[in-house]
Amino acid sequence: MSTQQTQNLTLVQAVRDGLHTEMQRDEDVIVLGEDVGKNGGVFRATEGLYDEFGGDRVVDTPLAESGIVGTAVGMAAYGLKPVPEIQFSGFMYPAFDQIVSHAARLRTRSRGRYTCPMVIRAPYGGGIRAPEHHSESKEAFYAHEAGLKVVIPSTPYDTKGLLISAIRDPDPVVFLEPKLIYRAFRGDVPEGEYTVPIGEAEVRREGTDVSVFVYGAMTPRTLEAAENLTEEGIDCEVVDLRTVSPLDRDAIVDSFKKTGRACVVHEAPRSGGMAGEITATIQERALYYQEAPVVRVTGYDVPYPLYALEDYYLPSVARIEDGIREAAEFR
Amino acid sequence: MSVLQRDPRDRVQVLDEDGSVVGEVPDVDDETLLSIYREMKLARHFDTRAVSLQRQGRMGTYPPLSGQEGAQVASAHALDEEDWLFPSYREHGALHVRGFPLDRILLYWMGTEQGNEAPPDVNTFPVAVPIATQTLHAVGAAWASKLKAGEEAFIVYFGDGGTSEGDTHEAMNFAGVFDTPTVFFCNNNQWAISVPRERQTRSETIAQKANAYGFQGVQVDGMDPLAVYQVTRAAVEKAKADDSGELRPTLIEAVQYRFGAHTTADDPTVYRDSDEVEKWKRKDPIPRLETFLRDTGRLDDDRVDEIESEVQETVADAIQTAESTPRPDPDEMFEHVFAERTPDLDAQYESFAALREEFGDDAFLHR
Ligand SMILES: Cc1ncc(C[n+]2csc(CCOP(=O)(O)OP(=O)(O)O)c2C)c(N)n1
Repeated sequence: MSTQQTQNLTLVQAVRDGLHTEMQRDEDVIVLGEDVGKNGGVFRATEGLYDEFGGDRVVDTPLAESGIVGTAVGMAAYGLKPVPEIQFSGFMYPAFDQIVSHAARLRTRSRGRYTCPMVIRAPYGGGIRAPEHHSESKEAFYAHEAGLKVVIPSTPYDTKGLLISAIRDPDPVVFLEPKLIYRAFRGDVPEGEYTVPIGEAEVRREGTDVSVFVYGAMTPRTLEAAENLTEEGIDCEVVDLRTVSPLDRDAIVDSFKKTGRACVVHEAPRSGGMAGEITATIQERALYYQEAPVVRVTGYDVPYPLYALEDYYLPSVARIEDGIREAAEFR
Repeated sequence: MSVLQRDPRDRVQVLDEDGSVVGEVPDVDDETLLSIYREMKLARHFDTRAVSLQRQGRMGTYPPLSGQEGAQVASAHALDEEDWLFPSYREHGALHVRGFPLDRILLYWMGTEQGNEAPPDVNTFPVAVPIATQTLHAVGAAWASKLKAGEEAFIVYFGDGGTSEGDTHEAMNFAGVFDTPTVFFCNNNQWAISVPRERQTRSETIAQKANAYGFQGVQVDGMDPLAVYQVTRAAVEKAKADDSGELRPTLIEAVQYRFGAHTTADDPTVYRDSDEVEKWKRKDPIPRLETFLRDTGRLDDDRVDEIESEVQETVADAIQTAESTPRPDPDEMFEHVFAERTPDLDAQYESFAALREEFGDDAFLHR
């Protein structure tokens, strides 16, 4: 790895680079979806791939999510590695039946005879003043479904490495891309292939007072909040989960045992969200270390509002700070 | 014989590209004709201003309609007062014809929930952003009306891309099976973002898909307002007459073009060439109808100027009203989720209110 060159890429460029790397390596990898071909994807995540690999491997499909994912199930069973793009995660619902009833269960239902190695990519989440239904954060739906893996990167490096792992994974992976930070910053990304393992969290900041569990687009805000709180003498450990299913429960428990206090941050609605699962893990495995109730900083249980109010919906740096403070100060 | 009884390839046309009469002029009074003209001009001007508001950062992403005024305005005019309209996200012109205020349309695209609220006497559904989902709602409402012996027609708009979604086929199938008073109006503007019509379906026409569901499908020049009015009116009348001997639903394929980008977030130069745009601009519905109205003595320079300034004033007023409407109260987020807030949601609201009280709105705004 030390011999590899690096490029300075945005997160969405890292998606493209990951796709490109795997398509070059493995001719079974095919990309399909709405506007992924000539247009290069509405976010440019597939830019240039059509010119390089042609219309049989970078396929502009009819406008039909159930069709895209359902045919990908058949392709995967036959031996290709389809990477369907759903244009926005808010439009995955027409494909939901195919994802949960079939992609997730094909291995089980055929007793291993057929499998479904595919990566369903979609930009998710709010904060970019998008129209209605373009900002939802519904990772919990997919995490609730046995047989699916759900990955949500937060850095360009992880994005490429996790995407390559996802494409090589023998099972279906839902790969949600935080579009709020698609172009918010750049990071070093090695050229060529490398992987980041699915199911492993990463400690982004070490600390001793409160463990903050986060993933995706809320990660940079959480790191900012953690920095701000040092002025108040609160030393946070920030754990980026990177994969919400399977959850890296060991990483959660290890960090919590150090601090005895936790705050979970996600933009998805609170009820039934990932924060509940993380809290349960703490209860099950580290009860005697617990010094404060787990605090959740999340979206509210309301339909994602039109954008004039989205700042009130999404966890802001100040709200995250407030939540961490609450966990830190509980006596 | 009804205009609907024809081969789906036999495109209905009344005016040619130059506005000369080549078909049968529908029986429409002068007032309606002038109103179609005026509403098309209004929609065009609204569109131009909306795109520019977006460019100036005064509005979010917006889907332009220019080129589609003939289809939207003339079809909406063919409805009766009590009829229902189910829009996609591009039907600003059709919505306005039905009495949906322009300032609310702007508010919606300015990210404000108020923009979703139809006035009580206006039977329009909220804008549908997820493609083709509204087709089923229109069939359901039409079906309910039939069950309750109502007498309305129900028109639903969707794009050529929308015909690829399963929902559209389920909707048309239900409509056929239950013989509902539904008018399916496909705005075939040739492109679903970057994907051309040919990539959505191998059917020669979209209209012919109706055959598969057992009812009539008709193709019309969507940039010919008189032809659009004629076929839509026939479809509305048939929807309401349960004794016509035909199934009540109709699929109208209005062949047209969107002159601009798919939305203000899109760059069409990546996927279509300017010759194509120029070719379609020659079919612009507004000069076509204007020529016809002038040639038949219904319109002159003075009236055109008058309409032009009326239109400008109406749009300027709507922008002024929208922009001076107070920003929504953040509490609104918690309203209209349920008829009555659940205990959980109430607790979330309380903590939201407490946070605002303690830290001010700055605590929510991302810096
Ligand atoms: C279910 C769903 N999938 C994808 C999208 C994203 N999207 C918005 S508009 C559009 C193209 C629609 O084309 P068409 O139906 O022809 O209507 P037009 O915009 O041309 O009027 C796409 C893919 C969406 N809004 N809903």
